[in-house]
Amino acid sequence: MSNELAGVERFEDPGLPEHKHRKADHDAIAANKAERQVAILFLLSAVGTVGTIASYIFIDTKKFIYLPILGNTNAAQLALGTGLAASLFFIGIAAVHWAKTLMPDEEVIAERHEFRSSDADRSEFVKTVKERSGAAGLGRRSLIKRSMGVALGLIGLSPLVLLRDLGPLPKNQLSTTDWSSGVRLMTDPGGRPIMPGDLEVGSVAQVLPELPAGTERTLENIGKDAVLLIRIRPEEFNLNAERLSWTYNGIIAFSKICSHMGCAVALYEQQTKHLLCPCHQSTFDVTRAAKVIFGPAARPLPQLAITVDADGYLVAKQGFTEPVGPSFWERNSA
Amino acid sequence: MRLNKFRRNRFAGPVLVVAALLTVGSAFSIASALPSAQKSEVSAQSTLVDEGKQIFLKGCSSCHGLNAEGGAIAPSLIGVGAAAVDFQVGTGRMPMADMSQQAMRKKPVYNAEETAALAAYVASLAPGPAAIDPASLTWERDGNVAQGGQLFRTNCAMCHNFAAQGGALTNGKYAPSLMGVAPQHIYEAMITGPQSMPKFSDKTITPAEKLSIIAWIKSSQSEPAIGGASLGRVGPVTEGLLVWTFGLGLLIAVAVWLATKAR
Repeated sequence: MSNELAGVERFEDPGLPEHKHRKADHDAIAANKAERQVAILFLLSAVGTVGTIASYIFIDTKKFIYLPILGNTNAAQLALGTGLAASLFFIGIAAVHWAKTLMPDEEVIAERHEFRSSDADRSEFVKTVKERSGAAGLGRRSLIKRSMGVALGLIGLSPLVLLRDLGPLPKNQLSTTDWSSGVRLMTDPGGRPIMPGDLEVGSVAQVLPELPAGTERTLENIGKDAVLLIRIRPEEFNLNAERLSWTYNGIIAFSKICSHMGCAVALYEQQTKHLLCPCHQSTFDVTRAAKVIFGPAARPLPQLAITVDADGYLVAKQGFTEPVGPSFWERNSA
Repeated sequence: MRLNKFRRNRFAGPVLVVAALLTVGSAFSIASALPSAQKSEVSAQSTLVDEGKQIFLKGCSSCHGLNAEGGAIAPSLIGVGAAAVDFQVGTGRMPMADMSQQAMRKKPVYNAEETAALAAYVASLAPGPAAIDPASLTWERDGNVAQGGQLFRTNCAMCHNFAAQGGALTNGKYAPSLMGVAPQHIYEAMITGPQSMPKFSDKTITPAEKLSIIAWIKSSQSEPAIGGASLGRVGPVTEGLLVWTFGLGLLIAVAVWLATKAR
């Protein structure tokens, strides 16, 4: 290494650049000007505070004013915000301006030192620690030592117990819904059963399963059970025989829970027959059993087999044949 | 006694004749007026249809076909009903200004009478939903804002945004903002399903529930922005944009100023 540098000319240490004093340091007029500027900034802050308090007291909270870019804005809130911002901002600006123009302008050279303390200091420190710990009686008072051991030993247990809240495992709850054979499709909200004739071609309806009497619908239920009912012309379907038998006179039902991240997929474009998820733009083709045609979703939306019951209302032919919603560890498919 | 006296009066004969003529004449005119009034209404309707057809031939047929049968670039209008015409023409969406992805709301080209004539013509082609009379929409009296909000969040918010400010769909299409839309046009959109929007049948969302939805949209529209500038009420998007551009810009400017030496 040193050989490589042998021929290189040594640079002179350029030293520190010359310290230039500010105008205010040698010019009394400039100094006075800077002083006035700082004072004005502090006074602006004071005006801001007074304005804040005054607008709190005097401006009617229900008064709205129109401002060009902001639009219709509540006058009291605007005045409070502007006043508070001014009172804080100008204090900061004034302090910095003061420091930059008027406060002592001296350059001090502080050399860097080694971090390591001297050997003498180090041995002195070790000696002190040993002395003091003996005096504190750590070795002698065994009751304190043991009880402290118990306290410190146990303190790690409470976080461990709290971890239990991560469980219990959901068992089969992720794979099941309230849909099963013969369960009626009810409008959401409203909770009315639907007949096929109630839906015109080109219409949609948000539906939930009819729960047994006395059962309350929870958000967990809705999060799994939500279904979108779509009616198109039957000849527009491009389905295999099994999936076609799951539809009824052009009415097709899909889980509304996105197979990607579980958002509610309900942006239905009735001209293109596409269903769009608002979260990550996964797009599903309704005519092809919700096949993914764009976006990050890996699986089509689960289709609910529907038919009509003896009273003519739409019912589920069977429950979902696959878990609805996003993938999870125990799900037995891609 | 009095009657006898009257009977013998010399004007009794002419007065009786005049009275009888009046009675019979007015009875006849009332009787004959009934069918003639109906007839004139029918003829007024058919003139309205004719007027509408003339407007249609001039303004719409180049895309929708001479008989509204549709073409390569425009759908058939047979059976869409007066409601669809009232919505599309009344909000200025039709006629389209250009062949973009989607017809947008703009200043209507046709006035109310011309729109009514067009609607009458299209309605005469095949039955469809009738145009909604704004006076029949009693949303202010019968609409339930809380129920409307629930319905809106389940059925409309995914496309039109939780505050009815509109949102994006695919390929440049979008669900428009519902601020400032006339109540009858909101109602007609729900029953006719214009463009990308699906229909919402009266059995799945009843007419009373539709009034509640309108009441909620109107209450959302008139909701004051208490917290200052509402930034379009579309949530974190505009707020983030403001903070990342103006907020960070201000911080950078301050940092640069802090680091410069005073002269």
